[in-house]
Amino acid sequence: MKKKDYVKLFRIMFTLSAFTFGGGYVIVSLMKNEFVDRLKWIEEDEMLNLVAIAQSSPGAVAVNGSILVGYKVGGILGAIVSIFGTILPPFFILSIISVFYNQFKENIYVSAFLKAMQPAIAAIIISVVLQLAKNIIKQKEIYFIIIMILAFVFVYFLNINIIFVILACAFLGGFYALYKQKKDIN
Amino acid sequence: MTLFALFLCFLQIGAFSFGGGLAALPLIQQQVVTINNWMSMSDFTDLIAIAEMTPGPIAVNSATFVGINLFGIKGAIVATLGCILPSIIFVSILGYLYNKYKNHYLLEGVLAGLRPAVVAMILKAGLAIFILAIFGLNFRDINIVGLIIFLFAFYFIYIKKVNPIIILLISGLVGGGIYLLFNIPI
Repeated sequence: MKKKDYVKLFRIMFTLSAFTFGGGYVIVSLMKNEFVDRLKWIEEDEMLNLVAIAQSSPGAVAVNGSILVGYKVGGILGAIVSIFGTILPPFFILSIISVFYNQFKENIYVSAFLKAMQPAIAAIIISVVLQLAKNIIKQKEIYFIIIMILAFVFVYFLNINIIFVILACAFLGGFYALYKQKKDIN
Repeated sequence: MTLFALFLCFLQIGAFSFGGGLAALPLIQQQVVTINNWMSMSDFTDLIAIAEMTPGPIAVNSATFVGINLFGIKGAIVATLGCILPSIIFVSILGYLYNKYKNHYLLEGVLAGLRPAVVAMILKAGLAIFILAIFGLNFRDINIVGLIIFLFAFYFIYIKKVNPIIILLISGLVGGGIYLLFNIPI
């Protein structure tokens, strides 16, 4: 890859990150538009693999996707350029906001505005939870429904550390996949 | 309280948030609000509102926000690095495994086990914010305006599928106006 391609990679990642609202899944599909459809730097099949890996890895999907796309088109340097392009916009925006946040909060108009948004935030999160729970119930696999209920009991009522619950559920999921694989073979 | 503790805290958030979007919320809440007391529940909820209205992943946004409040720009950089380092490691490993073993039923099984756990944990974070917004910290009285905003927001986001950012802004402006107009203590 030439020097000007790295600049282009940085510019695309920066622009996508600075102007994309609505989370990682949106930004990953915009990356596909840019790198597969427009620039033709990545094959469609390859991109689908990268998206699958980005979604399977922990961390922000946008960051994961940008590392993978950057590495694919420009090796290690491409990955570094991509990461910077992706994290600099939120870094700058939030730095500016945090510096003013405490002063902002003392302003009665701003604090009324923020206070009134809190119930709406609760509504956004609970809507997401209902949507996700519906998808799990729709699979009609009682095993995963039980995992969901138990996970809630453990984190909410028993106050078990989230990290332990995540590890346990990863293990239970892997165990179930192995069990089903064995059963299919026999 | 050291820079290294901040780094470790966001390293855990980066390493254990599977599933994108709001999946990082419960971990950020646990690490930043419950364990380390770096932020109040109310500031945490404001942070989510800010993160929803600005581009960029919520984990990166909160790393910048928390880091800069504790140690200035140095803290923001350290926290952000902690938060993206697991991404770099995990996408490299998973990318390698993905190419080597095209048959990845075990990975899919692990992710299937994590999905219900993530739902349960986001619900925990959502309920904490709901309680804060509707009952406040002392749990004594019900905030009627907050409850109305919640129901309004829930109806338009979950049933009518309106863009959450628009509902967030309307809630802030109208609700904030009501708080100020009727002199309701915030």
